[in-house]
Amino acid sequence: MSEAAADNQELQEVRGPSALAGGWQRFFDLLWLMATTEFKRVYFGTVFGYLWSLIRPLMLFGVLLFVFTQVFKIGSNEVEHYPVMLLMGIVLFGFFQEATTSAVNSVVAQEGVVRKTQFPRLVIPLSTVLTGAFNLGLNLVIVVVFIFAFGVDPTWTWLLFPVAFVFLFTLTAAVSSALSVLYVRFRDVAIIWVVVAQVLFYGTPILYPVTFKTTEDGSTIEHLLMINPLAVILEQVRVWVLAEPQAPSAVEAAGGWLGLLPAAAIFVGLCAFAVWIFNREAPRIAEDL
Amino acid sequence: MPVEEETAHHSPSEGNRPSPSEAPLAIQVEDLHKSFRIPTHRVDSLKERVVRPFSGRDYRELHALDGISFEIHKGEFFGIVGRNGSGKSTLLKLLASIYRADSGTIRMAGRLAPFIELGVGFNPELSARENVVLNGVMMGLSPQETRRRLDGVIEFAELGEFIDLKLKNYSSGMLVRLAFSLMLEVDADVLLIDEVLAVGDAAFQQKCADSFREMKAAGKTIVLVTHEMASVEEYCDRAMLINDGRITHLGEPAEVGSRYLRLNFERPGAAGGAVEGATVRMLDAGLVDAAGARINSVEQGEPIRIQIEIEAKRDFAALAVGYLLVNGDGVNVCQLRAPIGGDPPQAIKAGERLRIVTKVENVLGPGHYFVHAGINQLLEGGVALDVHNALDFVVFGSQYERGVVSLPQETTTTSIEESA
Repeated sequence: MSEAAADNQELQEVRGPSALAGGWQRFFDLLWLMATTEFKRVYFGTVFGYLWSLIRPLMLFGVLLFVFTQVFKIGSNEVEHYPVMLLMGIVLFGFFQEATTSAVNSVVAQEGVVRKTQFPRLVIPLSTVLTGAFNLGLNLVIVVVFIFAFGVDPTWTWLLFPVAFVFLFTLTAAVSSALSVLYVRFRDVAIIWVVVAQVLFYGTPILYPVTFKTTEDGSTIEHLLMINPLAVILEQVRVWVLAEPQAPSAVEAAGGWLGLLPAAAIFVGLCAFAVWIFNREAPRIAEDL
Repeated sequence: MPVEEETAHHSPSEGNRPSPSEAPLAIQVEDLHKSFRIPTHRVDSLKERVVRPFSGRDYRELHALDGISFEIHKGEFFGIVGRNGSGKSTLLKLLASIYRADSGTIRMAGRLAPFIELGVGFNPELSARENVVLNGVMMGLSPQETRRRLDGVIEFAELGEFIDLKLKNYSSGMLVRLAFSLMLEVDADVLLIDEVLAVGDAAFQQKCADSFREMKAAGKTIVLVTHEMASVEEYCDRAMLINDGRITHLGEPAEVGSRYLRLNFERPGAAGGAVEGATVRMLDAGLVDAAGARINSVEQGEPIRIQIEIEAKRDFAALAVGYLLVNGDGVNVCQLRAPIGGDPPQAIKAGERLRIVTKVENVLGPGHYFVHAGINQLLEGGVALDVHNALDFVVFGSQYERGVVSLPQETTTTSIEESA
């Protein structure tokens, strides 16, 4: 007998479906199981398994590295470890992009289950984010290899990486949940999001350092970039992991703590919006599908 | 038309049941309301939302459930019956926490296992092992508990060697077995079951039936939603008939069954029985036995005698009687047609009353059948009478076979001579 079954013999009100119904224990059990089974399915279901997840970021990395060091010569002049910065940016942003785009139709794709079983709805988008996080973990192994290959010295600030990851994961989870539930009502969310994600890719210092000079007189758009929470997170990762003296921290790039306020507001706003919209829509997902 | 219950149809296991009304409540539903908004113009894209910002209000309200209250006691086998669109599936989904009620309360004791459909949470890309664990957790077990019960599930489903095979490679029979044994092993206190009795072969149905009795004996509360009266009368202690979102009757399964059949007769258009301008009146219609006595059911393989009594309103040169047999699933099984009075058909005078008996070889499988009756003018053409659901009858028997009918057959075997 499971813990809940034996003692709950008194009448309890049934309140219908919700984002988190059924208790935290069940929620996390289900989340973990769904994410791990999906992860296993991808890795053991294809011949090359792990290799496939590496090919995409590595191809992109190869092309961009060639273009930005050989053709435009941006990277190599301004940044000490441009290839590592580029790869790390691609991998981290790739997590955000892949998790959110696959989360968009996750709820709709699970239509059969949603319409016919009762379980916490929030598990669906979050499990795709968690699966993406497992992927990220594997891809980071390659990043670490590059870090050593390019002679970056280990520093104690590497230990701060999990802090950045928590922010990145939270942001991804919030965006994914909101998108998945909006897609139930508005099917063009999927198309819009592909475009928005593409814009975000260029609006985040991945290809170029945040200090990149946009005009001849040497002005930069780093203040502007720091409105984007993703840019803040990635820039801080660069500072902590690569420990480059010329790379400004997120606070410096934003021109002081006050400059980070817009990004913080967007971050908190997105999280609040995701919680609100998912809670509002969760009870009706089964009906709207 | 009186609809009496056939005693031979009941299972022998009935009788001396403990009175369930003394048991504590398992489910309590009070004044439940649920309506759906059916958009007349569905806003599916943001563009439409922007272009027509106020068009979201183009909907009509559909009251699926309109003030439902009932109580189910612990250990009861409770049937919910209703036609398509009566609200019974909505009620089930509310009980299962898939929909949220507009108003009213549902209270439930113990853990619930909803089986709106067997094996619905299964992912074809995953193995049986992974699916069982995933579904077990979905139904409220802990992962450790589910893994512990995995062996039992696989054993009961007789799938031992296929445990790591992906479900997409399973046959439908294997899937059903897996789903059903999972349902048993989840060991919930309240089970919601929607029409599962109709799946699988005879052996599996027997296994289902045995399991239901065991669950009942173990004090489980079972709610069965179906439109198949036979299973309601066989398993249920009490049943509830829902029509248009309201409870029409709650009580003895047999009474609910007969009211349900009556409801089916009262379809729009069937009232009065005759079409506009009918020139023949139907006096009576029903099934009779060899001695001419009225019966409501016939054993599998025994001939079916359909008797109809008519009165001609004017003179006819020649008439033919025709029937359409429809089974409980609404499938047209066969059409019967014969001239009245043999060949050549007899002339009929105005005011003349006739009793026509059509004897049919009974190749029908067990089930409930409805008969639409009609009378056509042979020479002039045209419909003289058309009665929807003129009569209905039950074919009972245990020789369950797949398909609607079992045809007489003859199989010969000869060895093929090898050529060259």
